[in-house]
Amino acid sequence: MSVPVFLLGCLGGGIGACLRYLGDGLVMRRATPGFPSGIFLVNALGSFLLGLLVGSFEAGLVDGTWLFVLGGGVLGGFTTFSTTMVDTVRLMHQEAWGRAAANAVGMLVVGVVLALLGLTLGRGL
Amino acid sequence: MEANRLVEARPLGLVLLGGAIGTAGREGLHLLLPAEGGIPWSVFLVNIVGAVLLGALLAHLAAVEPETPRRREVRLFVGTGILGGFTTYSALATDTVLLAGSRLGLAMTYAVASVVLGVLAAGIGFRVGRLLADRHADQHADRARGGRA
Repeated sequence: MSVPVFLLGCLGGGIGACLRYLGDGLVMRRATPGFPSGIFLVNALGSFLLGLLVGSFEAGLVDGTWLFVLGGGVLGGFTTFSTTMVDTVRLMHQEAWGRAAANAVGMLVVGVVLALLGLTLGRGL
Repeated sequence: MEANRLVEARPLGLVLLGGAIGTAGREGLHLLLPAEGGIPWSVFLVNIVGAVLLGALLAHLAAVEPETPRRREVRLFVGTGILGGFTTYSALATDTVLLAGSRLGLAMTYAVASVVLGVLAAGIGFRVGRLLADRHADQHADRARGGRA
């Protein structure tokens, strides 16, 4: 991989992180407090889009450079694992076991199902 | 007020820069440590390390409330930006699906181990962050009393 492409991917990651920050803020201003719905939705959407992108790559519609910049960069920076884990621990500290399970296990199931859906759609394009 | 705060340039700039640094770390490690046998080791490692560090950072910042503007900027730059961009959920979900195509058991082990170890890692980070914050508070108290720091 060339240095400019790598740097473009990093910039993409920064843009993805900004979109996460803004999206999370928008959702959390409307959502019920007590559950990190903003990050949940960001990760769900990002998992679907990465699946779609990888599927499109396999279908030959997207080349490796764009897969890296948009997938590893933008969507990698958009979605986050660390925040979901820390939020789960916080919910556990509050003994909100149901919400903690939804944020840890529910997030995983939703993310994987949406990635599968995206991948299937992308491969069929 | 809140609407203005959402699109302030400085916090966005900090998240942008942090996210780019975090992504450089994640993708840099990926180049050094490519997936082996379909197992995305670099993503796994990045996610667990990022969970420990974010737990420690946020617990430390929360223990020294109230949040000052400077602490908010540290949280946005290091937490939301660097560690948020370093770790990733979309790759975890997509790699699990790709791995499940050939090795279903391994895919499930990868996904479940990521989340179980991720929660454990964040919990350990949280404790470390709190301990460090308490120690700092003690040192400040000692100094204020003229004792050993």
